[in-house]
Order: sequence, then structure tokens, then C-alpha cells
Amino acid sequence: MSDTIRFVLDGRAVEARPGETIFQVANRLGAEIPHLCYTPEPGYRPDGNCRACMVEIKGERVLAASCIRKPTPGMEVQIASERAKFSRRMVFELLVADQPPRDAAHDPDSKFWRWADRIGVAASRLPRRQAPAADRSHPAMAVNLDACIHCNLCVRACREVQVNDVIGMAYRGHHAKIVFDFDDAMGHSTCVACGECVQACPTGALLESALVDERNLAVAAKPEREVNSVCPYCGVGCQIQYKIKDDKILYVDGRPGPANQNRLCVKGRFGFDYVTHRHRLMKPMIRKAGAAKISDMEIDPANPWTHFREATWSEALEVAASGLKRIRDRDGGGALAGFGSAKGSNEEAYMFQKLVRTGFGTNNVDHCTRLCHASSVAALMETIGSGAVTAPFTEALNADVIIVIGANPTENHPVAATFLKNAAKLGKTLIVMDPRGQALKRHADYMLQFKPSSDVAMLNAIMHVIVKERLYDRQYVAAQTEGFEALKATLESHTPEAMAPVCGVDADTLRSVARIYARAKSAIIFWGMGVSQHTHGTDNARCLISLALLTGHVGRPGTGLHPLRGQNNVQGASDAGLIPMVYPDYQPVKLADNRAKFEAFWNANLDPKPGLTVVEIMDAVHAGEIKGMYIMGENPAMSDPDVGHARQALAMLEHLVVQDIFLTETAFYADVVLPASAWPEKDGTVTNTNRQVQMGRAALPLPGDCRQDWWIIQEIARHIGLDWRYTHPRDVFNEMRQVMPSIAGISWERLSRENVVTYPCKGDDDPGDAVIFGDGFPTPSGRGKMVPAVVTPPDEIPDAEYPMVLSTGRQLEHWHTGAMTRRATVLDHIEPEAVAMLAPGDLARFGLRPGDVARVVTRRGAIELKVRADAALQEGMLFIPFCYAEAAANILTNPALDPFGKIPEFKFCAARVEKAKESAAAE
Amino acid sequence: MSSLTHEVRRHNHPGSGRRKAPLTPKGRQVKPEALTEIQVLLAERPRRRDLLIEHLHLIQDRYGCLSAGHLAALAQEMRLALTEVYEVATFYAHFDVVLEDESPPPAVTVRVCDSLTCEMMGAQKLMSDLKAMLGAGVRVVRAPCIGACDKAPACHVGHAAVELATVDAIAKAVAGEPQHAPVPDYEKFAAYRAGGGYKLLEDCLAGKHERDSLIKAMEDSGLRGLGGAGFPAGRKWRFVLAEPKPRMMAINGDEGEPGTFKDRYYLERDPHRFLEGTLIAAWVVEAPEVYIYIRDEYPAARHLLLTEIAEVERAGLSRGVRLHLRRGAGAYICGEESAMLESIEGKRGLPRHKPPFPAQVGLFGRPTLIHNVETVYWVRDIVEKGPQWFTGHGRRGRTGLRSFSVSGRIKEPGVKLAPAGISVRELIDEYCGGMQHGHAFKGYLPGGASGGILPASMGDLPLDFGTLEQHGCFIGSAAVVVLSDQDDMKRVALNLLRFFEDESCGQCTPCRVGTEKLVKLMERPRWDESLMDEVSRAMTDASICGLGQAAANPLKMAFKHFRDDLLEERR
Repeated sequence: MSDTIRFVLDGRAVEARPGETIFQVANRLGAEIPHLCYTPEPGYRPDGNCRACMVEIKGERVLAASCIRKPTPGMEVQIASERAKFSRRMVFELLVADQPPRDAAHDPDSKFWRWADRIGVAASRLPRRQAPAADRSHPAMAVNLDACIHCNLCVRACREVQVNDVIGMAYRGHHAKIVFDFDDAMGHSTCVACGECVQACPTGALLESALVDERNLAVAAKPEREVNSVCPYCGVGCQIQYKIKDDKILYVDGRPGPANQNRLCVKGRFGFDYVTHRHRLMKPMIRKAGAAKISDMEIDPANPWTHFREATWSEALEVAASGLKRIRDRDGGGALAGFGSAKGSNEEAYMFQKLVRTGFGTNNVDHCTRLCHASSVAALMETIGSGAVTAPFTEALNADVIIVIGANPTENHPVAATFLKNAAKLGKTLIVMDPRGQALKRHADYMLQFKPSSDVAMLNAIMHVIVKERLYDRQYVAAQTEGFEALKATLESHTPEAMAPVCGVDADTLRSVARIYARAKSAIIFWGMGVSQHTHGTDNARCLISLALLTGHVGRPGTGLHPLRGQNNVQGASDAGLIPMVYPDYQPVKLADNRAKFEAFWNANLDPKPGLTVVEIMDAVHAGEIKGMYIMGENPAMSDPDVGHARQALAMLEHLVVQDIFLTETAFYADVVLPASAWPEKDGTVTNTNRQVQMGRAALPLPGDCRQDWWIIQEIARHIGLDWRYTHPRDVFNEMRQVMPSIAGISWERLSRENVVTYPCKGDDDPGDAVIFGDGFPTPSGRGKMVPAVVTPPDEIPDAEYPMVLSTGRQLEHWHTGAMTRRATVLDHIEPEAVAMLAPGDLARFGLRPGDVARVVTRRGAIELKVRADAALQEGMLFIPFCYAEAAANILTNPALDPFGKIPEFKFCAARVEKAKESAAAE
Repeated sequence: MSSLTHEVRRHNHPGSGRRKAPLTPKGRQVKPEALTEIQVLLAERPRRRDLLIEHLHLIQDRYGCLSAGHLAALAQEMRLALTEVYEVATFYAHFDVVLEDESPPPAVTVRVCDSLTCEMMGAQKLMSDLKAMLGAGVRVVRAPCIGACDKAPACHVGHAAVELATVDAIAKAVAGEPQHAPVPDYEKFAAYRAGGGYKLLEDCLAGKHERDSLIKAMEDSGLRGLGGAGFPAGRKWRFVLAEPKPRMMAINGDEGEPGTFKDRYYLERDPHRFLEGTLIAAWVVEAPEVYIYIRDEYPAARHLLLTEIAEVERAGLSRGVRLHLRRGAGAYICGEESAMLESIEGKRGLPRHKPPFPAQVGLFGRPTLIHNVETVYWVRDIVEKGPQWFTGHGRRGRTGLRSFSVSGRIKEPGVKLAPAGISVRELIDEYCGGMQHGHAFKGYLPGGASGGILPASMGDLPLDFGTLEQHGCFIGSAAVVVLSDQDDMKRVALNLLRFFEDESCGQCTPCRVGTEKLVKLMERPRWDESLMDEVSRAMTDASICGLGQAAANPLKMAFKHFRDDLLEERR
């Protein structure tokens, strides 16, 4: 190779690859150089500050840091010279002087001590500085700066890798100090507890709290084994490594998966002790005779014996299955329904829908995708023939312009957000569109805080400009799309001036954003449930798709459409057919050919009628049409809109089987409760928002009398007459491959070996396509279709009685209905109780102080909860996370559905806020 | 019509219930009043990150400190993280960060210079006397060299310098008002023009000069970088000109090397000669943006530059070039050129790793020409009078002129424009009126705190770039501090090491920890020479920048030349 650099290393002629540092060459050739502030992990630039890696370069006055210095042709470098070795040793002696004594080390096996041992510096002759005090203010991390060597890795972790921007190096010289914000206690700072600093720290100055005792000494427990897996929380799909001792998870590290590059968030790093929570279901349970089901009932999860009795597995399975069979045989399959879970594996999702379709004889099978991105998927299927993302979120790094709309990724997809922030730091133009302020706002070139529910008006105005100013990609539109004329006609009246008062964004900004997006060489759009969870959610998504098609920002590196998927396996569960209108791989039930194919493959008669969706199923229960349900890992008693209505439905069911790890609010209404497996206890694959299929591995044994979920589903199947003989999830996956062309090239064995493969993937040697649709779309015409949308108001408009707009969603520490996260110690510590966020001005207007209890009322019901002053909210709007059972936000939400996606309007309903009686009485 | 379907019930929940929900989102929240104050203060000024230090000055000047509330508001206004603002604010000595549980500093601060010359002239006693006399209403703090060594001891009361300071003079200054720097009497724009000033620049702008011929003149004159590194100015122009556009230029006016005051001398007497040189250099390397970084200890120089730059702009002499005047904030390290670039970019002044050099990757990542104030000051004279005028000076085979800042035990301290190659004895006798009465010449610092210490026995060495290195010293910024038999060499060395300990940026281990450990070792009654030497060697070999590399020089030279003084146990 002509561009390698020849130089001499310790007397030996060597070659450096372009861009390689002296350290990297030495390391590649097996020469060892001590290093502290340098780490080879992705995202960490060398900083050259610790001076532990000094080498001597012939002809230079002083030594050079090998981690940051690149060789030049003919350079003569000595690692082993006495001068270099002396300096390296002295650097260690200077640092050892200020360390806590080895026998009082916070981490005696730290990278620092391992290197000190290796070069033989055990003690220091130098006087010690005054040691900084310990900071144990954070529930998850211990800060012991007496061990800090100022290597700056935590600063780079926080500022350059995760871009949470909390840690700094303040003051100067020997007063220099790692600080959080304004030298605040970590637990009182803006720290979001991603733990990247802990993973990066080479000394034990920053450690998981679990690894040090109350005197800050290292605990004796050391991991005795490690298991590689995937995080069980959001749709990002971070690869993790469990560190296990005595069959307990001691701590968790990030691994270099394609979606996380070692990064994790607070949930994925510190949110695992739910698996050993005292509420964990350990035994099958059968409802006691006479334990009535009443709407809005409560059972103490710590003491279910008020309503249930313990049962053996054989009895529980018999009762569970016979109840389902009875209804099926009496009223037909249409009287049954099943909710699977996006929190389980692909194999479980596939088995579950197969059970409902072939065993129950109905397509009434759905899961929470209905409540998340059903409208996005409806629009994507209609326009480009595929419901998944067209490019992974890491393509943001290849984009010139990034739009994030109706999404709050720093809370809901924290690790994906880090890549967006990395991109913004690289100088990419970031445009955030959201009624609510958010952490990305600080990184955004444009922040369009539009009026809630005015998405179509804003997006149509932007497209109007693109068409009017002829900024669209005429060649692309002509060759790859259809529907342009109709779109153009609709857009005609949507001028920025006309739309500005509707959406609250001024016309100039709309024009600028339109021009920037259209003129970008590459641009990518991310959206979340702020787009999808509206009665016009499908229209919102159609606009985004049209925007990308108009400008040709699809199918190339740095371009695409990316609905950020919510749960760890919502993509995979949808792919596996856990949807009432499609079989696996989105093959419509309506098409006779598909039915025939699956009837032959499954050797069963299938219902030709598409099934009902989540909210429709609850309505059908009220209508007396559905009488029995099997719910696995879902919690509609918390997650459905107008949850009072859903709870009534659950109470009305003749027979309800719930399979879960905790006694969820849904399980309160169960006839049979089957104790299942938590994610760290099971083998299985999951598919993240990037279409990356990843391998999850069992790390812990099943507690008590719990069983693997796949086993339970199979037993139910057998008990209702199906002859299933799977022996492991591997068998299920291999069956799925036969009817799912998207994963044809992904075998269980390959996945076990590679941990991750992106689909679509045709064969064993196919790496999988990350960016798709560069050469047309899987639609009948092969073209992408632009479907115009007109401005429609939300279903329920604020009025004098209900003047506020209520929006619901998630928050960083809690996930879905809180069943897992509220039982995770650290997460519960940080966000312990129900809160409603309001603008400080609104709080004052309602006579509320932060921390007061407010009563929030809508036409569906009322809840009482504390209020938080949050300047991210615009006045007239409040936000309530839906994870809090004590004040379930979904008691308030409007069940009105989007006509296409059948998704409810979680992001908009009319509400009233008033002082709660107890709070008022306190004055 | 409130037809509720359900009454409110607070359900049980799976959380532990042991804690209360936070009242706000995580961390410190911005108070609306503080935000309004910051918005009013910043007014129409851009919120660019590189202006962070300028904006911090605005707040410090207006409110006397940087309160946590204002800092949080500034962070939000500039779209910076809290920590990004805090780490910059706490890096610089002239910012007083006041957190919620702290009280603001008194309205008046007296900064007593305790660098070597001032300490020799009684700074320590002055400081303790002041503290006793002025009481709690006035803050008395130490300060590194304020560039008034010829009138030591010196201090700043507010922004006004008090030279040849006595307790009474300071007390009077504290009582009087205002505490602004008086503007010195200097050559104004009209006078400078009348004397032929800016003709050369206008000729350049009119195309009457070739860039190359100016570079040639610089090369022929042998003019070298007078900030201390001594890099040939003409060669630097050529290097930068070879780099791709856009190119930048920066002027280093962060004269902080203890004992140095020549840049202040020229700025406060003949600023237009400096500005013309600057604009000519910018014309040569075609740099459209020029940043002039002036240390905060020189408020008078900065104020007059503000006025005079406006004159130059009004006269259309800076066409094609934008002059940005930037204010340091109390950090010696920002005199290191790459640390200065960081500071101009609004960050902490941490020196950068080299390579790449600033001529390749400098300010905002662009190729940058960096000059010391005095270097460009000579440009006009060299071109107009011809390089041979400059090379016509010199002794002992050296050529050119050097502006020596001479202080210490001599009769007439001050800036002495003398031929390169002059010896310290000649300097003392011919330029400084000889040693002070009752003082015998014992030794000298040829180049400020960093340049080492030489004994009287080596008082005949030529003072110039390259002549002292073989003796472990260098001339640097030509700050000569003359020591006498009444100076305690242990105290001299400790004073210098304390200075480096205070001014180390803290980035690299050898300098951050090494200076601190050396000071601790030197504070012991008995000095452990071999251990000190080991620490010194690692500092010299392994520090990132010149500060750490040179910080142990005083100690090394003291051991070399004044061993007997050091091995005595101190009182």
C-alpha cells in the first residue's frame, strides 16, 4: 500500500496505516504501552493528557504521547528507552501519591492499579494532597474523587459520547476538579444516569453504587460470569453484558452493538433488579371462587391471596385452556381474543399469533403497536409498501439535515438520541418540531414549538413552499413516485401565511425549514408518537412520507423515514404477525392466497376475516361479543385509552388468562395467572427500530415455579388441541424463516454467532440492507405514493369547561405501564410517584405550587397527582406520564381512533386542572 | 355538566413509595428574573459560543460577580450546558462565581501582585498590612504579575493600577472613586498619521507593495517572535500564506510572564504602530479576521485600543479585515499561543497538542498567523527604514533590537530597547543606572519565571535567542530580573514554583501534579534534591506545553548555581 507510513519502532521497521497513532501501531504489533486517559472504545478521541503513554522520538526535545501522536515517514520512536520509561513511571508515582491506599481502594482492580502493578509503582514518595470528599448523593453511582486522576474520560463520556453535558472539568491546575453542572452533588445535578462515565472511569472514582459499601470500599463480590444479551427496554436495542455472581446481576455494561456502541441509558444500566422484586409471581394462581371482578378493583401485588389461590401448573393450565376452549366451542373463535406483547421475543410473538389464529380460530390478536405506531405503519404500508424504517437512526451521522418531529428521544430512545446529538455536534442541521420543549432543543438549529395537533398544517405549509419554489426533486418525483398532482392541488391553499396562525410557527421559519430540508444533499426524518397518536395520525405520517418523496430523501445514505419504535420488540412482534389484519411479514389476511399459504403451512383452517384491534376488542367485550381473552405480557388496564372503559371490559370477561411476571393491573381481573419469565431469564431474538435482529440470552435461572413463556404458550396450545412440539425458541425461529422472506438469510446459528443481523436479509452471506428503497418500493406500481392530507382538528377541542390540552407519554426512568421500572430500585428512586408537568405560568394561574396535588379532570374521569413546574411545556398544555397506577393518565385519555391506524388520540384531549381538595385544605 | 364516570381514587402502585417526586425537572432551573436580566445585559449581542468569556465579563462588570442564577440563565441564553459555562467561569481568576449558598465578594477587590519582583519589594508584608487595615469590606487577594515590575510593588484596586504601592496609597485608592484604569498619554490617531503613519498600510492596500517583498524584508531583518519563542516572523508569514483560505490572525497580548511589561509599554505609548503592523501582517497573509487578545490586567491598553480601532475603522484603514478585541480573564497559560486560541474560542485556556501547529490548524480550525504585540510593532519601521536598520544593531555577533523589561535590584528599572547580544552587566550599567545602593549583583533571571536563573559569574553572556540554551536557560520575552546578595534563593525558587503551581492549567499530569508536589517538597525545611530532580525531569520531558516543561527551571538552575543557599535548612 502506497499510503502507509514507514517508521521505526524500538529499532524495528514498521508501517502505520493512514491515520493510525503510534499507540495504535504498537498495540497492533503487540507492544505494550501503559495508558490511562486513552481508551480504544468507539466515540472516545485520544486526549493525551495523562502522559502515561510517553515515547521518545529521535530529534525531538521532549517526549510525545503515543496515543495522540501520528508517525511520519522515517520517524524513529522508542517505547523502551530509559528516558521514556522513567517519565512513565514518574507519572504513575505522581498519581499514586494522591490515591487512597491500595487496601482502601474503591476499585483495587481498576485499570489504573493494574497498570501501576505492571510497571511496578506500588507506592509514592511524594506528599499527598488534601482528598476531596465522597459524593453518595446519587442512587446509582458513587463519586469518590480522591481516586480521580483527571484523565477526562468521564468528561468525554458525558460530553462527546452521550452528549448529556453534565460533567465538566472545572477550576484550574491542581484545583481542577470533575464537577456536575455547577459543582453540584451528582444526585442533584442534571445527570440522567446513563452511567457512561462509570463505564469509562479507569480508577474507581466513578463506580456503580452496588460495587462499593457505605464506607466507599470495594465490595467483595466480583462477577463470576458474563452473558451477552440485549436490553429489555426501548426499541433502540442496546447490546448489553450482564455481570453475574451467585445467579444475581451485579451490574451491566454496554457492548459494541450497532445501535449502541457500548452506550446505555439509566434503564438499561441500572434497571434490572425488578427481576428479583418481592412482587414477582412465583406460582400459578387460580381465582378464588367468589372473588368478584369489579371494575377499577385493586389487589395488593404483595398479597394476591385475597383473590387467588395457589395452583399446580397442570391444574392452572387445565383451567386456563378449558375456559378458552369452552368459549370457542360454544360461541366460536370470534368470541376469543389475545393480546401478545412487544416486550417478549420474536418467537413468543410468532407462537402467540399462531395459537390465536390456529387454536382460537380468529384473527383477534393484537398488541401495543396499536397504541404506538399503528398510524405510522398504516401510512407507510399505503405509500411505500413497508411498515418498517427505511434507514437506521445511525444514518443521522451521514445526513446533512435531521428532522425530529413529535418525538422526545432523549427521554424515550436515549441512546438513539446520543447519535442525533453526535450528528448535531458534527455540524449537521438539526430541526426539532414538537409542541413540548425537550433536551434536543439546545442542540437544534431550529426548534418549531408548534401548536398541539397542528402537524398537518405545518407540514403542508413546508411542502407548499417546496412545490411553489420548485425545490422538489423533479427527476425523483417523475421516476419514483405517484400522486404528485393531487398533492400539489391540496397544497395550493396551504401557504405559510395561511398556516402560520394555525400551527403557531411564523411563515419565515416555515420557509427556511422547507428550503433547508429540500436543498440538503441528504436529509432524514425521525418521528415518534407525537405524530402517530392522533385521530389524524395517519395523515401526519402521510405528510412526512410525502415530504421525503417530494425531495427524494429516501433510499440513499443519510436519508430516510424513521418512526422510532417504542418497545424493545415492537418491530419484531409486528413482523411476526401479532397484528389482526396480517400474517407474519405483513401478508394481509384479506388475500385468499395468503390464507391458503398459511393454512397449508400451519395445517389449520384460518378465519378469513381480519381481526379486531386493541381498542375494538374492548368495545366488543362491552358489546358481549368477546367473552374470553388470553393476555401475555400486556397491561391494557393501564395502557388503553379511557382505561375505565377497558377495566370495565376486563371485569366483564367470562374467562381471562394472564401470563406475566407481576400481578399487573390487568391481572387483577384474571381467572388464571401464569407466572412467566423475565427477559434476563430467557433465550430469544428481538428486532429493534433499525430492523436489526438481535440475540437475547438467558442469564439467570427461572425463580420459583416460573416457566419460560414459549413453554407456557405451547402448553396452552396443547391443552386446546394443537399438536405443538417445539423444544426451544430455536425451533420456532427456524419455522418463522420459512414464511418470512425478510429474515430468510438469518439462521439461529448465525445470530448466535454474530449477535445481530439486519433484515431484509436474503441469504447466509447477505449482510442485510440497512438503507432500503434506493431502487423503488414494494408497492404494486413500484412507486412511492404521495397521499395528500387536509387539516383536521383533534377529536376533542378545549373549551371553557376543559380549557387545557392534555398530552401523555413516557419519561426517561419509566417504561410503558411501569410494571418493571417502578419495581427497579434506582428508577423508582429517581421518579417515585405520579406527576403532571405544567408550565410554571400555568401553575401560578391555577394557584398551585410545585409539589401540590392537583386534580386533573376530563370527560372520561379524574385523577389527583402532584404537579411539577416544567418550562418545557407551553402554557395551556399539560403532560402526564401514563406509567403511574396511583393516578393512571389513561383514565383521562380520549379513546377516539384514527380511522386508518385505529390508534387512539393519546396526545390530545381537553382537560381541566384544579387544586385537589386535600391540597386546598392544607392551606 | 361534569358527568364523571369515575370518582377519583388513588390506587396502590408498585413503587416503593419511599420518596417524593422532584418538584422540577433534574438539576438547577433557570429563574425568569435572572433570564430577563441576562437578556437585557446581552441585548443584541450575538450568542455565539466564542463570546462566552466576553459575556461573563459583562456580568462580572455589571453585578460584581457571577451568581449561579445568572450563569444558569446565560447557559440557557447561549444554548450551552450548565457545566460548559461553569468550567470556563471557574478557570479564569478574574471571575467570581457565587453559588446559592455563598455570599458575593465585597465591592472592592485589591489584587496585590506577588510575583518575583513585587515580592522582592515587599508584597507579602503589603498584603498582610492591607488585610489588617482594610477589614472585611475590601477583599485583598494575591495576583500573578500585573506587568508593573518597574514600579514594584504594584497592585490593582478594582481595575486601577497602584504602582510603587504603599498601604496609604492603596487605602486612598480604595476610598476614592472610580476604580477605573486611567488612560495613559499616548500617540493618538491624528498625531500618528501626521507622522507618516498608515502610509505603508495604504500603499499595501493600494497594491504598491508586493506581499513577497514584505515577507522578504521581514526575513532579511531577522525579526523573531518576541513573545518568547523567537520563531522568525518572515518564515511564519510564508508558512501561513501557503495554507488554504480562509486564514485567520491572532495577536497575543496576554503578556503574563513575570517580569515582562514591554507589550504594555508599547501599547500604552504608540498603539497605532502596533495596529498598523497588525493590519499589514493581515494583508500579507490575507486574513479577513484578526483577533487581538489583551490580558485583563491591562484595562488601560484595552480601552485605548477600543477607541483607536474605531478610529482606524472610521478611516477605512481596516477594509477587508475585521478587528476583534478580546479580553483575557486572568490566566497566565493563555499566553501560550494555542491556549490563547482556545480562550478566544470562549473555552478554558488549555494548550493544544502539537502537531498540528496553529499555522495549519489554528483559530476555529483555520490556518492562523499568531504574533506577539511587539513583533508586529516593528513591522512598519523595518519596512520603512529597511531591514538593515534593524540588523544594524547588535553586540557579540548578534543582530537586531530587543526590548528588555528590566526590574529588580537596579536603580532605573523599565523597558530598555537595547541591542541583541548585550550582556546583563552592560544592561545594568549602561541602561539601568547600576545596582541599587547596598545591593551586590548576585544573579539574574534572563527570561522571566520560565527562563531559568543565572549567577553573576555568568553575567557576561550575550542575551539573545539561542545563546542561553546551552546553560539551561532562555531569553524568552526578555524579562530580566536582577537579584542581589539580599535575595534568598530558596524564596526566589519557591516564589517561581508557586507561580507555576497557580497558573498550571491542570490538563496534564506532570505539570498539574508535579508543580503541586514540588511546592510541597520545597515547603519542607530540608530539600530532597534527588526526588525533586526526578519530578523535574518528568515535568520537563512529559508536559504538554512550555509551562510544565519550563516550570522546574528555576529549581534546576538554583541547584546548579546556588546550591549552597538551598541546602541550608531554612529558619
